[in-house]
Amino acid sequence: MVKEIERHGFPVAHMCTVVPISLTVGANRIVPTIAIPYPLGDPSLSKAEEKELRRKLVVKALKALETEVDGQTVFED
Amino acid sequence: MPRIVHYINQFFAQIGGEEKADIKPEKRDGFVGPGQALNAALGGAGEIVGTVICGDSYFNENLEAVSKEVLEMIRSFKPDIVVVGPGFNAGRYGMACGAVAKIVDEELNIPVVGGLYEENPGLEIYKRHGYFVATGNSAASMRTAMPAMAEIVKKLIAGETPTEGYVLKGLRQNYFAPERGSKRAVNMLLKKIKGEEFVTEYPMPVFDRVDPQPAVKDMRKARVALVSSGGPVPKGNPDRIEASSASKFGKYSLVDIVDLDSTNGETAHGGYDPVYANEDLDRVLPIDVIKEMVAAGQIGSLHDFWYSTTGNGTSVANSKQFAKEIAEELLRDDVDCVILTST
Repeated sequence: MVKEIERHGFPVAHMCTVVPISLTVGANRIVPTIAIPYPLGDPSLSKAEEKELRRKLVVKALKALETEVDGQTVFED
Repeated sequence: MPRIVHYINQFFAQIGGEEKADIKPEKRDGFVGPGQALNAALGGAGEIVGTVICGDSYFNENLEAVSKEVLEMIRSFKPDIVVVGPGFNAGRYGMACGAVAKIVDEELNIPVVGGLYEENPGLEIYKRHGYFVATGNSAASMRTAMPAMAEIVKKLIAGETPTEGYVLKGLRQNYFAPERGSKRAVNMLLKKIKGEEFVTEYPMPVFDRVDPQPAVKDMRKARVALVSSGGPVPKGNPDRIEASSASKFGKYSLVDIVDLDSTNGETAHGGYDPVYANEDLDRVLPIDVIKEMVAAGQIGSLHDFWYSTTGNGTSVANSKQFAKEIAEELLRDDVDCVILTST
């Protein structure tokens, strides 16, 4: 889906936990996330901490979208 | 009697479903679950001496460390052959089967036999590390998968190199050809010119890659859209998106939502433990944070809808079609960029 949407002209930030799958299917901007059942959260944290974690990940995805890449790029910390 | 070790997940070990997908690796003597059918199909040619089990989520979230742990458990049984799966079209299970094949192939130098569906990403990534039988996409094909895997195991036990019945590993093997390369190439060319059939010695791999689109210049002016393959849907799953092998995607308004919680959202996805997503769906689709950032001017604007489907077991053809339809809607609304979340 990432690839097909990108083919139509949109940069896509793929936020996912299993990065090797994202690399195999061909996503170009990859943002690694926390865990399979909660990519953008962490139930062991307080609600406020969890939201802060989520905000950091979203900011990273937006940065990825603002970054020129010339091939598959994983946006680590 | 040749010794076989079998790797399976928590589901096939009958420990539990998604709620047990986070269990750590463990080993048991003898066969467990589908190992019984494998033992039977081997007809005494070999025997499963031990089974190693791990939860699919736990494995994928700790890929390297768990691979090593599983390797030591496998090594402790002193196997001659390792069998993984079959994992059919289960994404995380396929990745685990593949990762086990890789580390066994590299560290123990013994053959690995497995079974995966052709679209399982684990197959594409790890096929060169084992003899993987092409199975159907669900456990309904266990009846044909296990005997096919057993056939390969029997060949290996007999000291033969299997030459068919598995997905090509993509490895080159040296051999002596009667004619030198330049002559073979010219012969091929002559056949081609004459319009005759010829067989290439080096088929080109098919890369379906899309070049990265240019970056967004200024996020404060950009229009962002949200898409997910993690199955986030309004409470009650109004479109009845299937829990796996989705035949459709949903389109849902986020105009009146500032925060997802257990009253307005849930996941339709059947491929992971839904407890956390059902408690707070922002964990899959970060609407709370995105809305705040739009309000604060950090994001220009937001497309009024989110699009969702379930990515587990969903065919590549369906996924492409969904994404095409979604992209066409985004084009009509002058969207600039997309955040796509996956579980």
